[in-house]
Amino acid sequence: MDDLLAARSQMAISLGFHILFAIAGMAMPVLMALAQWRHLATGDAAWRDLARRWAKGTAILFAVGAVSGTVLSFELGLLWPEFMRHAGPIIGMPFSLEGVAFFLEAIFLGLFLYGEGRISPRAHLLCGVAVAVSGTASAVFVTAVNAWMNEPSGFAVVDGVVTDIDPWATLRSGAFATQATHVVLGAYAAVAFVAMGIHAVALRRVPDDRMHRHAFTLALGMALVTTPLQILSGDLSAKHIAEHQPLKLAAAEGLFATTRGAPIALGGWPDAESRTMTGAIEVPLVLSVLATGDPDGEVVGLDSAPPEMWPPLGVVHLAFDVMVGCGSAMLAFVLWGAVVWFRSRVPGRPAPWAHRRLLFAAMLASPLGVIAIEAGWTVTEVGRQPWVVHGFLRTADAVTPMPNVVFTLVGFTSLFAVLGVVVVMLLRNLVRSSLPRGRR
Amino acid sequence: MTAALVLRAVIGAALVAYVLSGVADFGAGVWDLLARGRLAERQRAAIAHAIAPIWEANHIWLILVVVLAFTGFPVAFAVVATALHIPIAMALVGVVLRGAAFTFRAYGLQRSDLRARWGWVFAWSSVVTPICLGLVVGGMSSDAIEVEGGRVVSGYLAGWTSPFAWGVGALTLACAALLAAVYLAADLDDDAELQAAFRRRAMICEVITGACALVVALLAARDSPRLWDALLAGPWALGVHVAAFAAATTTLWALLTRRFALARVTVGLQVAAVVVGWGVASGDDLVLGAVPLYAAGVVPHVVEPVLWTLAASGVVLVPALFWLLRVFKSRRASTDEPAPEA
Ligand code: HDD
Ligand code: HEM
Ligand code: HEM
Repeated sequence: MDDLLAARSQMAISLGFHILFAIAGMAMPVLMALAQWRHLATGDAAWRDLARRWAKGTAILFAVGAVSGTVLSFELGLLWPEFMRHAGPIIGMPFSLEGVAFFLEAIFLGLFLYGEGRISPRAHLLCGVAVAVSGTASAVFVTAVNAWMNEPSGFAVVDGVVTDIDPWATLRSGAFATQATHVVLGAYAAVAFVAMGIHAVALRRVPDDRMHRHAFTLALGMALVTTPLQILSGDLSAKHIAEHQPLKLAAAEGLFATTRGAPIALGGWPDAESRTMTGAIEVPLVLSVLATGDPDGEVVGLDSAPPEMWPPLGVVHLAFDVMVGCGSAMLAFVLWGAVVWFRSRVPGRPAPWAHRRLLFAAMLASPLGVIAIEAGWTVTEVGRQPWVVHGFLRTADAVTPMPNVVFTLVGFTSLFAVLGVVVVMLLRNLVRSSLPRGRR
Repeated sequence: MTAALVLRAVIGAALVAYVLSGVADFGAGVWDLLARGRLAERQRAAIAHAIAPIWEANHIWLILVVVLAFTGFPVAFAVVATALHIPIAMALVGVVLRGAAFTFRAYGLQRSDLRARWGWVFAWSSVVTPICLGLVVGGMSSDAIEVEGGRVVSGYLAGWTSPFAWGVGALTLACAALLAAVYLAADLDDDAELQAAFRRRAMICEVITGACALVVALLAARDSPRLWDALLAGPWALGVHVAAFAAATTTLWALLTRRFALARVTVGLQVAAVVVGWGVASGDDLVLGAVPLYAAGVVPHVVEPVLWTLAASGVVLVPALFWLLRVFKSRRASTDEPAPEA
């Protein structure tokens, strides 16, 4: 394996791993704080048990998020020293802010975990809210870095040296607003789906457990709110990249020729040699609508640039289809969930947590959001190739000169694999310990 | 250059904060590993108790050092990340294993034999990581890394493989163990037997740390003459040596006379003096003899807003941190209730 490929793979695996914990760090505190709020509002002890249990899960995930994040902050330098040499001063501000947000999150999580009974219930609840806010802020700040890599601005290059740096450049990047919205909503939706799935499993074993009922309902509520918004924000992201990173969208859609009234290609595989899509189902005009809001709008195709400037087509297209596919399935699920919920007001109709088919579907649907997130990042990152900083620095020029990167790739990958397995085991134990003996 | 000076001071302060908190946490892991005999389980419990609520936050100082370094000194940062790739990667593996293992053990919900295995991972990674961090620092000061036209030309083994760097590794480990032993002794007011055990360990460590420091200085004379000269005759050298020595002897005396609160302060001063001494001896080079910090010129209008932003965030951070510490203290004082079991 050549060193560039090894470095790219290592970065991708580390980020793909970290993002799992990052989304939990953003969304779990929201669920946890909401449950605690319901407890204070209703006095129902089941809500309190739920808040504690979720807080405990959050603590485990938070720790792994923190260590994998620590690894990443070094990996940027270890794997991409040339990137840091040029971009370091520019991305310093958002990463500093991220550090502050993370620190606050850690402090308030500590207070939430250990403070109950020692601080007033109101203050305790507010600590939960502070965890949620700072967790989300953390993600927004790092996303600013990524947005800037996609749409760099706020500096000048004179004789190969970066000057005239605007320290706030990342937060002013054009892609920031759409990307941050899409990332945050996506995290909420994905975590809501996972939580729904886990508690659906529990409810199928112990249908009368109040805590799991509350959990399922709350997670369903969060999914109901965030999933449709997430799809709207995906539409805005698509419109944005159609304008500013047209090659990324063209690769995502396998659109070789600049076209008016462009069709959307579902499935299929792009062939760069013959410049055609094989085996795709084409739905007329949809891409133009998605990208420009006008059925007759012009969508820039790959032919606008020479092939060596194209990102890897197959991966980007596949990833985009996977994301959109997952998003559509999630939308279908929440619509059904909404119907079940609405109908449950009619006497004799089951509540969502008692609807066995809905529970079964929730189990099946639980990984969809996480898959969509991994796929979405693949679109963003692979779709930016061959650039690490769009239009300024190529990935191949940013990589470390160190040979044998494949060794660290193998090392860190195995490390993350072990951690992943253990986290899953622990969370399973956490859930199992809530089920009565004999039904585990 | 004022922005650059302030930046260096802030990085230095963050580094000291990391050593006094995060590195001391590694030391606690060392004592976990060395816990033997009748008191072993109680010692482990005391250690876990001391680390539990804020350990995740302690790494923040290291992150802050890294972020400020690449913001202010991107060129030097790129060189360090390239030349010392291997020991940095090793330290990272340790950080990951240690943090994860500690959490898994604490929140594990597992059978006790599995928990014990995580305890083992936690303890060993606590020993290895400070050594690796020391190798990185030693490598930077080794005078063996060479750079031409901004590119590292001395390979990926230069510096950190020297006996000098390994001496720094040992010194870092000794400092970690020393800090942890003093903190634990100071914390264990309610358990005289354990307190005595950690007091004895702290005194032994103080002697070992002194010996390591001496060895490192002698190895520097051989391996890194530039550092040696700076240690001997640099502008602040004498003051720093005197401060470190005075703090160390005071710590020993305080331990002997059971003045634990004082020992906690002076041991901090002692280790801080070592860190500051290293910083001052390195002068304007991040990688000794190879990369001046200001290679690319520090850009004040980039560095200043970052520093101001961090300072402003203190308005929220400092009270929050104090609140956490107070709630946590009251928890220890009142009951010894375990973390909320769901
Ligand atoms: C729950 C997760 C989820 C779901 C259901 C969707 N996405 Fe997404 N998508 C993400 C999670 C995500 C993400 C992982 O969060 C990304 C990666 C980077 C980013 O900004 O968001 C992303 C990126 C991303 C990008 C690239 C943005 C860029 O590179 O700047 C586009 C164009 C879309 N998405 C469009 C969509 C559309 C049209 C969807 C409609 C179904 C959709 N996404 C559903
Ligand atoms: C703020 C967030 C992020 C930053 C700063 C960032 C930075 C980087 C950098 C520097 C590279 C290497 C250069 C390159 O290949 O372009 C990279 C590659 C990559 N990243 Fe990201 N990344 C971020 C988020 C993510 C996330 C969350 C994921 C995955 C879930 C991800 C997936 C990837 C992949 C798949 C690659 C390899 C692309 C390729 O080389 O083909 N990234 N990223
Ligand atoms: C190159 C990319 C990234 C780097 C260098 C990075 C760095 C870090 C670091 C160092 C931490 C530990 C906290 C600290 O000590 O400051 C952390 C945690 C976190 N990161 Fe990342 N991160 C990256 C990508 C992302 C992305 C893409 C997201 C989200 C979209 C994200 C969201 C978070 C969150 C929410 C936490 C808090 C920990 C938790 O709640 O589990 N990070 N990150």
